[in-house]
Amino acid sequence: MSKRIEVNDLNVYYSKFLAVEEVSLVIEPRTVTALIGPSGCGKSTFLRTLNRMHEVIPGAYVTGDVLIDGNNLYGPGVDPVLVRRQVGMVFQRPNPFPTMSIGDNVLAGVKLNNRRMAKADADDLIEKSLQGANLWKEVKDRLDKPGSSLSGGQQQRLCIARAIAVQPDVILMDEPCSALDPISTLAIEDLIEEMKSDYTIVIVTHNMQQASRVSDRTGFFNIAGTGKPGKLIEYDDTTTIFSNPSIQATEDYVSGRFG
Amino acid sequence: MTTALERPSLKAKERPGDRIFSTSTIVAGGLILAILAAVAVFLLVQSLPAFIADPEEFKGDATNFWQYVWPLAFGTLWSAFLALIMAVPVAIGIALFISHYAPRKLAQGLGYLIDLLAAVPSVVFGLWGIGVLAPLVQPFYTNLVEWFGWFPLFAGPVSGTGRTTLTVAIVLAVMILPIITALSREIFLQTPVLYEEASLALGATRWEMITMAVLPFGRAGIISASMLGLGRALGETMAVAMVLSPSRDVIFQLLTSQNPTTIAANIALNFPEANGVGVNILLATGLILFVITLVVNMIARVIINRRKAFSGAN
Repeated sequence: MSKRIEVNDLNVYYSKFLAVEEVSLVIEPRTVTALIGPSGCGKSTFLRTLNRMHEVIPGAYVTGDVLIDGNNLYGPGVDPVLVRRQVGMVFQRPNPFPTMSIGDNVLAGVKLNNRRMAKADADDLIEKSLQGANLWKEVKDRLDKPGSSLSGGQQQRLCIARAIAVQPDVILMDEPCSALDPISTLAIEDLIEEMKSDYTIVIVTHNMQQASRVSDRTGFFNIAGTGKPGKLIEYDDTTTIFSNPSIQATEDYVSGRFG
Repeated sequence: MTTALERPSLKAKERPGDRIFSTSTIVAGGLILAILAAVAVFLLVQSLPAFIADPEEFKGDATNFWQYVWPLAFGTLWSAFLALIMAVPVAIGIALFISHYAPRKLAQGLGYLIDLLAAVPSVVFGLWGIGVLAPLVQPFYTNLVEWFGWFPLFAGPVSGTGRTTLTVAIVLAVMILPIITALSREIFLQTPVLYEEASLALGATRWEMITMAVLPFGRAGIISASMLGLGRALGETMAVAMVLSPSRDVIFQLLTSQNPTTIAANIALNFPEANGVGVNILLATGLILFVITLVVNMIARVIINRRKAFSGAN
């Protein structure tokens, strides 16, 4: 289920503005890759190019390639809708649909693919996905309650359950814990550790302890100044980035000298 | 120093600004209730003679008030209902186009246009109904009756002028379209980006995103907007009075020359010549219209509140 991601010479533009410049990296399957860097350095923008969510903003486009197991996401005739069914995403603020019940939230993505589903299959999938997101025990008796009745951390895990219910190849997480308390954060981090055996995970985080706790590889993004494009400064094993980075800016950032 | 032992007051200090503001909101809220109550009392008091009026006082062959008002109430509800089922889907379509499909400049222009339509007085719509719409649709009506006459709503004989219930319903639909569209557009624009992105990230197409995030989120708003439109259609006087030559029957057929008129149009047409108990009878029909509108709005509230937990308001 998990796949290898290869990014070649990727530039991201918002109309004429170059937001992210010349990113090349390889993400191996069944790993967790953390993207760190100061605000506005383009790491979230880069993350969104991995499932073409940046295209939601009018005028956004990329040059370069993103290959998932050799298939270019930006090849001619590739439908962004199908890309997003392959590459799931979890957002900064928990966003389960408030108009749907907990169970329906889990099935939201699946129903897009096949509208008719036997009740028993649907129930199985709900249970499996919620167990995959460590949420089953907490919500199994109130699957018909609205998703907004859960706590923030539970809502975020519901969003993860919703993302894994469609069985994607890759899961992107855009600062998934920044709106959560430390206990809920721990729950999500444990979950990421478990999910690693099935999925390729890319996570953007402002929390460097979190990056060092959950990730195998870390990419450091930086920006030369406002209005300049963000760049991938260094990309290496997480232990190397945090103990012995090869570039001074990385060391300054991870040791807390700036940012 | 006994004063030091006095307990400090727990009441918050009242600032003049707070007091002025809270008083003015209470007055404004109270005013609404007072006006509503005044209208209701006026209607009730004035209507009382109608309920015990002499059978000769009623126009047509009605012998008591309920017989008199029933066809009118039916005509009012029937034409407003037809207008609503025509207007709401179109209004939602236009609102979605403006909020989610059209390029920004076009959307803005269209938005202004819709607001402008809302400002056209109903007399103009009435004239348009008689002068343009009725002759235009008459040939279609003839065909409809010819081909689909077996369907009860389209049964003949067809009206020669085109001035039928269906024409009135179309005029009403055009009239209430702008207000439903304008409100729905505002509601659709307020869908949180959070939920739109959530559905897109799951691999929803634009249309699927709208059915997953935009429409469920705007459900209560769409119902409220429709109710405002319905309110206008129920109370519409001029357009109906001008287009229809009234008859006092309960008729579902849309295309014949026998067409039930509405309460409001009936009041407008008969009030100039009414005197004595006749005035009371007309006012009593107004009371019925008042009650109908109230009941319809209460039903809408119940529908909105039934799924309150899922409205997204929390």
